[in-house]
Amino acid sequence: MEIVLDLISWVLLSAGGVFVLIGGIGALRMPNLYTRMHAASVTDTMGAALVLTGVMLQAGLSLAAIKLAIILLFLLITSPTASYALASAALLAGIKPDAGHAADEHAAGGHATEEHATEGEAGP
Amino acid sequence: MTVVFGIFLLTLLVITALGIVRTRNLFVAVMLLGIFSLLIAINFFILDAADVALTEAAVGAGISTVLFLGALALTSERERLGTRHRWLSLAVVASATLVVLYATFDKPRFGDPGAPVHQHVAPWYLEKTPEYIGIPNVVTAVLGSFRGYDTLGEVFVVFTAGIGVLFLLSARRGGARRGAPDYRAPGERDASGIGLREHVIPRVVGRLVVPFILLFALYVQFHGEYGPGGGFQAGALFAAAFILYALVEGEDRTLAALPQSWLHALMVGGALLYGGVGLAGIALGSNFLDYSVLAADAVAGQHLGIILIELGVGMTVTGTLLSIFHAFAARDRA
Repeated sequence: MEIVLDLISWVLLSAGGVFVLIGGIGALRMPNLYTRMHAASVTDTMGAALVLTGVMLQAGLSLAAIKLAIILLFLLITSPTASYALASAALLAGIKPDAGHAADEHAAGGHATEEHATEGEAGP
Repeated sequence: MTVVFGIFLLTLLVITALGIVRTRNLFVAVMLLGIFSLLIAINFFILDAADVALTEAAVGAGISTVLFLGALALTSERERLGTRHRWLSLAVVASATLVVLYATFDKPRFGDPGAPVHQHVAPWYLEKTPEYIGIPNVVTAVLGSFRGYDTLGEVFVVFTAGIGVLFLLSARRGGARRGAPDYRAPGERDASGIGLREHVIPRVVGRLVVPFILLFALYVQFHGEYGPGGGFQAGALFAAAFILYALVEGEDRTLAALPQSWLHALMVGGALLYGGVGLAGIALGSNFLDYSVLAADAVAGQHLGIILIELGVGMTVTGTLLSIFHAFAARDRA
């Protein structure tokens, strides 16, 4: 039983590490701000969730596991909110979410519109 | 393993520091400073200094980032290139680096029990805390009681810094307001403020999180004798909760919940409470900041004194941080 739990925990930890790595690569390689954010958000949702679950299995049924579960809940609520706030701030600052642009372009004047935001979501 | 992790973190720290120095974009510099604080907080934690790590994470990565951003909103985003005295500053920095490097050769090995810092007063503190103070967290005992003078000084430094910032930031505000009244419609004014009132998701989550931050701050404030924590950390957490509230609900509602006059009262009251506890020691026939005489039993007196002075620290830190934040935000609107 012990070894099975250990195995599952290590699989989860490694998978979490892989997701963090993917998030890091994506944050560096993606073409514009919104796609980079999309990649980076993998780190603090999937990566953090897997790593914390893995650590929880290592901790067993104890106070530490409950604390980790609370931290996980907190992260799952706050980090998507932070991503949302960042994206909306970028939109207000006039960065267009057009997919495929090589650089973050500032809109010529005023704010980007809502339609742009939905188009950007479907980008590659 | 710990050593490897420590070296890894210190390497990241150096890289971040170089990034801060090299970037000309001040927003990037502020963000990197936040990362720098988080890294150094993890470092403190590895060194088993949980109290300091908590302070660094709350103040360095949290509050000071918000205050820096508030200051940046008043100035420009780019750093001005200063070309004068570059060689002189390089020479000063290089010689200081050489001196520090030379000094490290005499440093004892990491964790060496024979190091001077472990031979001086630390053993006495560790040995006598259970007897004199009777609390498990020796850091709080040293900070609150044995070295109470130093902490009193720190509180007055925070207090003075708050007064200084308030003086500087409110110097021209009244005149500017009177000179150029705000003609915009109330709705427009709200949108231009820093509130996120139109955004449902941050608002709902912010409202959800604020009570928990306040609860955690109370825990850190009053649990400082048993675990990591105390007035400084709790003050930063209280301030963080109200700053988050201001970010999602707007300045006005935060000031309605905790008015400026209350903040000033907290600032002054905390410092006065600390000083008053010290004077109470004299009045009861002992030395300044000796809490043993506050209760019939010396250990109980120490307990009471530490709780009161930690409360004073927390009040002053909360009041000062929030006053500075509101001063920046008000300057932005004026």
